[in-house]
Amino acid sequence: MHLAHYLGLLHRAQVNLADAFRQVADAHAEEPDIQHLCQQQAQRCDAHAEQLQPFAVRYSEDAPDEPDRLHSQLFTGTRTGGIGLLRDLQDLYLMAAECDIAWTVVGQAAYGVRDEDLLAVVQRCEGETAIQLKWLRTRMKAAAPQALVVAD
Amino acid sequence: MVDRIADPWGERTPYGPGQEWPVRVDRYLADGRTDADVDRWVQSASVLHSNGDALDIAVADGRIVGVRGRAVDRVNRGRVDPKDLYGWQANHNPDRLTRPLVRDGDRLVETDWDTAMGRIVARSKELLDGPGGWGHFGFYTSGQLFLEEYYALGVIGKAGLGTPHMDGNTRLCTATAAAAMKASFGTDGQPGSYTDVDHCDAIALWGHNVAETQTVLWMRMLDRRHGPNPPAMVAVDPRATPVAREADLHLAVRNGTNVALMNGLLREIIRRGWYDRDYVDAHTLGFEEMCRIVDGYPPRRVADICDVPAADVERAAELLGTSQRLLSTVLQGFYQSNQATAAACAVNNLHLIRGMIGRPGAGIYQMNGQPTAQNTRETGADGDLPGLRNWENTAHIAELARLWNVDVDTIPHWAPPTHAMQIFRYAEQGSIKLLWISATNPAVSLPELRRIRQILARPELFVVVQDLFLTETAELADVVLPAATWGEKTGTFTSVDRTVHISDKAVDPPGEAKPDLDIFLDYARRMDFRDRDGQPLIPWTGPQEVFEAWKECSRGRPCDYTGITYDRLRGGSGIQWPCTEEHPDGAERLYTDGQFNTDPDYCETYGHDLATGAEFTESEYRAKEPEGRAFLHAVDYEPSPEVPDDEHPMLLTTGRTVYQFHTRTKTGRAPQLDRAAPDVWVELNPADAARLGITEGDLVGISSARGGIEARARISGIRPGVVFVPFHYGYFDQDPDDRTPRAANELTITAWDPVSKQPLFKVAAVAVAKLADGRGVPSPAPTVGGSAPLADAGVPPTVGGPTARATSGKE
Repeated sequence: MHLAHYLGLLHRAQVNLADAFRQVADAHAEEPDIQHLCQQQAQRCDAHAEQLQPFAVRYSEDAPDEPDRLHSQLFTGTRTGGIGLLRDLQDLYLMAAECDIAWTVVGQAAYGVRDEDLLAVVQRCEGETAIQLKWLRTRMKAAAPQALVVAD
Repeated sequence: MVDRIADPWGERTPYGPGQEWPVRVDRYLADGRTDADVDRWVQSASVLHSNGDALDIAVADGRIVGVRGRAVDRVNRGRVDPKDLYGWQANHNPDRLTRPLVRDGDRLVETDWDTAMGRIVARSKELLDGPGGWGHFGFYTSGQLFLEEYYALGVIGKAGLGTPHMDGNTRLCTATAAAAMKASFGTDGQPGSYTDVDHCDAIALWGHNVAETQTVLWMRMLDRRHGPNPPAMVAVDPRATPVAREADLHLAVRNGTNVALMNGLLREIIRRGWYDRDYVDAHTLGFEEMCRIVDGYPPRRVADICDVPAADVERAAELLGTSQRLLSTVLQGFYQSNQATAAACAVNNLHLIRGMIGRPGAGIYQMNGQPTAQNTRETGADGDLPGLRNWENTAHIAELARLWNVDVDTIPHWAPPTHAMQIFRYAEQGSIKLLWISATNPAVSLPELRRIRQILARPELFVVVQDLFLTETAELADVVLPAATWGEKTGTFTSVDRTVHISDKAVDPPGEAKPDLDIFLDYARRMDFRDRDGQPLIPWTGPQEVFEAWKECSRGRPCDYTGITYDRLRGGSGIQWPCTEEHPDGAERLYTDGQFNTDPDYCETYGHDLATGAEFTESEYRAKEPEGRAFLHAVDYEPSPEVPDDEHPMLLTTGRTVYQFHTRTKTGRAPQLDRAAPDVWVELNPADAARLGITEGDLVGISSARGGIEARARISGIRPGVVFVPFHYGYFDQDPDDRTPRAANELTITAWDPVSKQPLFKVAAVAVAKLADGRGVPSPAPTVGGSAPLADAGVPPTVGGPTARATSGKE
């Protein structure tokens, strides 16, 4: 059973996203909403990772070796300025999108193994990831014209 | 004779439930004049708070000499707030700007209108030339102009320049009211009527020190409290305000925890069965999800978070849950605090689940802070679109484009209008290059003033300031335009309960000062804005033409003015919107049939996630099938962005006194008001003061991560761990070479609510220390209002004396 690998993938994606949210919060502290909401969302990711941890342990006993190229690197540090902020938010968006689809996949597997506890975690968390995507899209939509068309 | 400084609320005129509020006509004529000395009375209404009290201006020898309340008006039945009784004297102050000023190096020099406007227009045309030119313009207006002025400004910005960067200082006072009503009911618009005070059996005041912010509304409440079968009263406020002292139950919550309190109250009311299941089923959406959230807030947890007794939470829930006609009012204690929109929506939830909306006595006032804030919102001079339209609804944008005869894509509608704090951020970063500030004073009223001053002083930023006086903001401008004010121009404005008043011109403005409308129209003419057919975009020449144009813009929208004319507004009472063929005399209450403005084609927003501000899409909104039902929104409590720590162990809250308005540009120049509250102070709880070795009148330093100020201490009934500083006091009346930091906003944090984008003025972490002994001289804080000293303090009472003698009586 390969569920453990996807749980590991999602767990690591949540940890990485939490870390990236914190880096973006620090790098763009002069945008107070970015700073505050990225910190808030980092905590959400922490909580997601924490809730996944017991399931990753539970299913790892049945898992074969981890396949190659399971993990991908989506974030390599922050940038500065208006367009830099947009790019950083875009990185966060892609990382959250990875989490979003991984929740779907893990949720499907949870149905398959009839694991009500895991299903409950997925259902609790996937909505919060969806909100992260929405918030990032909302903020980027508002910022894009000024950053790409107006700013020197 | 009554000294309305010593007694801001005057004599009681008690009345019972369902009775008409008795008339009491307040009047103040300066210099011992009587009615016989008055040449004429000119109809107007109050502009020094948001209540919309109707009054007449007394004119003698071409000058304003006093005011009296209008007995015929539904809002105030003759009463006048002390700020309005005395504040008009500022119109005559010798500091008034009488000629335009332009910057010459580090000085502002007098010039003529052609030169001043020429500079603005030249810079505008230069900036507009090239792709993205629109994005270099920012407009920051007010809650103190007239409807016609806002609408003209909105059209200039949205259809002339095509910029989304328009907001008002309404962002600081009333943005959350609008956001909460949109979120719950589908559109902005106060459901209630001031006459709900006449019918209610319980009043809940949520972070609303109405006694000092809207004194006439408080008089109405007090008159009910002094009559037969008085309403019960619950107050939520960290300070011992007059409201908190009058209330049957005062919840002095820790600042920033309103959502936890509201969740706890909703939980109790639901668990005790004090909600209206039929109303919930028929008229709301989201009950189960709301229950899931609030269920996590039992009284003991609320008590821990909010630092109030659990028994008081239960008692408050019982009082609110068992009332039959509940009236709620909400203001800055919720709007300028942590999780503002969510907390204000929770008040709406309380009324929705109890079916306490749309009938006499069952009402909600999501209040405004400023007199004409309602109009800034309605006309789209702030972060809204004209006529309470939805920027995401292409049909709404097409309506505006037809109305203005411009291309749809001229009107910025790719994102919500830019909020004030973001406008200043763009100016800080340099992409906004022209910032036009009208009738407001951000150099005193915005958070983190050192930053705001730095932005306004940037040489690359061309700052236009349009005001009555050389404010702290105007000092930093490149062009200063002298404006006419209330009493010197004609226009209309609308109160919290949707009552529209006219304010007629009584006297000429001083020198070359011009009405704000004339200034905007002059700019439009000089910029030569054209419509799609090459005709002038803005053909208007005066306020009545703009009002007629606005009526068309409002047609079919919740704020429908089409049945109102200038003539109808003259002579009698103000008229509530919507005023249409269906409601020829206006509609007293909204949502009387439980049908809300949530239809997808009609609503003003498709909704947000209240924790982040994430926007929902049209298709997501349609999938909810609201069908006229209201939304119940609930979120979990989260701590403020800034909480006390070892370095800054106390919480700062800011606010107002009854004697001053905004940044004192007017009230600081009315002698009676100025003397009553002449300088800044800081309020401390006696236990905190004792621990810090501070006594009444001592000079105290208050510092945050942003800056520090000095103020004299008032030992008051504020809750432990919290200090209060009034935000009115800036620097215009200090020696320019010797300015002592005293503005509360030197300390406040740059942070805002994720949905309403209203800044958080109520939750800065500060350190407090004694700087010097007061030697027994009390602080300048008034003894009236929230700043009242403790009972045995021996502080001389605040009085107005002979020049404050006003009259009050039936006529």
